[in-house]
Amino acid sequence: MNIVVCVKRVPDLAEAEIVVDRSEKGIETEDLVFDINEWDNYAVEEAVLLKESIGGTVTAISLGEEDSEEVLRRGLAVGADNAILLNDRAFDGGDAFATAKALAAAIERNPFDLILTGAQAADDGYAQVGATLAEMLGIPHATLVTGLEIDGNVARVHRELEAGLEEILDVRLPAVLTIQTGINEPRYVSIAGIRRVARREIEVLGAKDLGLSGDEVGAAGSRLEMQRLFVPPATQKGEILEGSVDVTTEKLVSIFASKGWLA
Amino acid sequence: MKEILVLAEHRKGELRDITLDLLARGQQLADKLRAQQAEGELTAVVLGQDVGTFADTLSSYADRVLVVEEEAMRAFNSDAYQEALAHLIKQRRPAITLIGHTAFGIDLAPALATSLDAALATDCIEVDVEGGAFTAVRPAYGGKARMSVLLRGDVRIATIQSGSAPSPSPRATRGEIVSIDSPLAGEIAYKKFLEYADTSAGEIDITQSDIVVAVGRGIGDPKNIPIVEDLASALGGVLACSRPVVDKKWLPKARQVGISGKTVQPKLYLAVGISGAFQHVSAIKGANMVVAINKDPKAPIFRVADYGIVGDLFTVVPALREKILKAKSGK
Repeated sequence: MNIVVCVKRVPDLAEAEIVVDRSEKGIETEDLVFDINEWDNYAVEEAVLLKESIGGTVTAISLGEEDSEEVLRRGLAVGADNAILLNDRAFDGGDAFATAKALAAAIERNPFDLILTGAQAADDGYAQVGATLAEMLGIPHATLVTGLEIDGNVARVHRELEAGLEEILDVRLPAVLTIQTGINEPRYVSIAGIRRVARREIEVLGAKDLGLSGDEVGAAGSRLEMQRLFVPPATQKGEILEGSVDVTTEKLVSIFASKGWLA
Repeated sequence: MKEILVLAEHRKGELRDITLDLLARGQQLADKLRAQQAEGELTAVVLGQDVGTFADTLSSYADRVLVVEEEAMRAFNSDAYQEALAHLIKQRRPAITLIGHTAFGIDLAPALATSLDAALATDCIEVDVEGGAFTAVRPAYGGKARMSVLLRGDVRIATIQSGSAPSPSPRATRGEIVSIDSPLAGEIAYKKFLEYADTSAGEIDITQSDIVVAVGRGIGDPKNIPIVEDLASALGGVLACSRPVVDKKWLPKARQVGISGKTVQPKLYLAVGISGAFQHVSAIKGANMVVAINKDPKAPIFRVADYGIVGDLFTVVPALREKILKAKSGK
């Protein structure tokens, strides 16, 4: 089975302060730590687990700048066989549609049975590339996948719905599945492991290599035109208790006591 | 360009709440179109089998309800829905089509938009129209930022974040209900729904407790969870958690608070080390009081908290527990 897994390099947002840059279309990246998109991390693990159980190859692909090699090398370190970087100024500023367009053109060059993507990316949060890619390639898709078994040319998938509910469905391959977090337990990648793949070749492709013109990709090829990125004003509903740990916890305890919760 | 199309969402014989958000948003846009160009109307679409009662409900909120009865759409199937909706959109050329940003809409909207060569804005918290141009505001960077986007072209779809619009009020006169023949050629062979599965049942029902103490990613390691569990015990409450804790298999799904887990309405919701992603905070809207302990002062959880302590949970939580026990024992 030939598996393609799409990965993206994104900033770690856990405690990051987001500062919009001068263009008002991007963010200041200097103080941010970047890593593989969390959803894609689960997708890579799922691809490697499938390869380990039923055999085949895994190709990791990313659209981004040179730095995105990091996340591709991470993929190679955990078991991907090939890595492709789509890097071209023409791809800049693309929305989910334009991104899927470039990915589809790159993926189509070789035979594939299964494409995995993360269910969404932590940065722009479109949750759109996977299913768009499927439609462009003329194959079925299932999103928000939390369980996956392959039987011949059918994928039995669990899709996450709301309120603890899942739906189970059969999807014929080839297909695109977008992977939800929690589907597996991604393995740890050591620095030594990444070092071992430091010299592996990463194929780098631009728009021309994919037979795409500049106005089919990037901002020009997008269906959405970004007008402005902004940080919403910090509205605070309640009160931040000020003081030492002793003081703040004491205040909280008296609030709880006044409600009769400590009786 | 006068019609706003809204897709009703239903599951297991019930109309889902997101449908009301969509109708409210759709009504706002129809009103704007009417004000700006003298023409604007709201049309709801319901696809499925035996959906007559849904059509009746929808007719109180729209000028028109289009009903397509089709066995292949009894349970949601994004491919069947895509085919039916693409047919309607091509035929009617609405100004914009609104779909929920739900598990259902996320599966449907991207492929639908691509097949129609439409602009799609997902997870929108606002949609606006001015002089024929549709714009949307949507979150980015985990809710820490927002982007406003213009939907290019004249075929447009937006998926709407749940709870982002006020509830609509029913109209005095109901809209007309129009039955439409199914445009589907037959069953979708390459994608088959088998069954639903409930993953959130467990030994404990966190929705029944007056006090819920929830732990998030900030706990760092599963061996630290007892620190928060002890606080829950001291308060006579139940231990719950946010999604990352379940993703890492540190606590069972039955304890997860969030859109994909449980919705809770306790007297006190105490969030420890939880950043407050939209999927989490929208499931605690019914809490009487929300208290947050987090070391990141910018954490979105503080936007919804009644009281907050900015600090390291590993010092704040034990200190809080000690004081609670002292207060309970009458010192």
